[in-house]
Amino acid sequence: MSVRRFAEVSVGEALPALTVHVDRARLVQYAGASLDRNRIHWDERFAVSVGLPDVIAHGMFTMGSAIEIVSAWVGDAGRVVEYSTRFTKPVVVPYAEGADLAVTGVVTATDETTRRATVELGVTCGPDKVLGRCLAVVQLD
Amino acid sequence: MVTMAVNPAFAGRTFPPTAPYVVSAAKIREFAEAVGAADPVHVDPQVARERGYADVIAPPTFAVLIAQLCDHQLIVDPDAGIDFSRVVHGEQKFVHHRPLTAGDVVVGTLTVDSIRQAGGHSMVVTRSELTSAGGEPLTTATSTIVVRGEGS
Repeated sequence: MSVRRFAEVSVGEALPALTVHVDRARLVQYAGASLDRNRIHWDERFAVSVGLPDVIAHGMFTMGSAIEIVSAWVGDAGRVVEYSTRFTKPVVVPYAEGADLAVTGVVTATDETTRRATVELGVTCGPDKVLGRCLAVVQLD
Repeated sequence: MVTMAVNPAFAGRTFPPTAPYVVSAAKIREFAEAVGAADPVHVDPQVARERGYADVIAPPTFAVLIAQLCDHQLIVDPDAGIDFSRVVHGEQKFVHHRPLTAGDVVVGTLTVDSIRQAGGHSMVVTRSELTSAGGEPLTTATSTIVVRGEGS
């Protein structure tokens, strides 16, 4: 795998799309890996008792899994130098079918001096935009 | 029960550095598998070294593990008035000065950048400066946490 070169990248370029399937097992796995064991992310009874429709995914799971679209495209996860988002809607994860996150990415800016590019990510779950103003800056070769 | 707003006196406060957190290859692998980070640079030291890293590197959001240890200092401070059961994650940003790498000994220093009230909620912006034990800047993690007011 080689790192994408600055000369290969232009504003408006669309990254290959990514779909992330999330189910309860995945959320338990993320809870253990991240040490965020909040019960709203795996315990349906608890989630409902605090007014949620069902178990919801960790916002940081959504953020953390969506960036794979950029890491794979740039060719080295270590080239993601900035990454930011707003959590606009929760990802509800029903027991039986789970949920699918649809992730897109478009290059919105390039900087020749630093050889960096900005990618805007679109992350939706069904009709809901779940991450807002989701931006990654990558260091190109 | 009346939910108190977050104590505005905490704005601008910097907490003492956290105890050192040692970044391990095992935790990096576990985190990478959990978020579906497929780059072998997270699990194969040889790949990592060929790319110029000292060892396997963490995925872009791994730093949240250490940032949440920093935020925890504020959330558990009784004077801050934060009801954790009403906390929602509003925004998150990472700026990596270099990738977190297996073997790094990381210290986090938390600063409360701002506290404001809006629509019955409190919005708290926290900034965790993660450095090596020797002071090398590694990651700046900025979070906005929203503490929901009563009746919302």
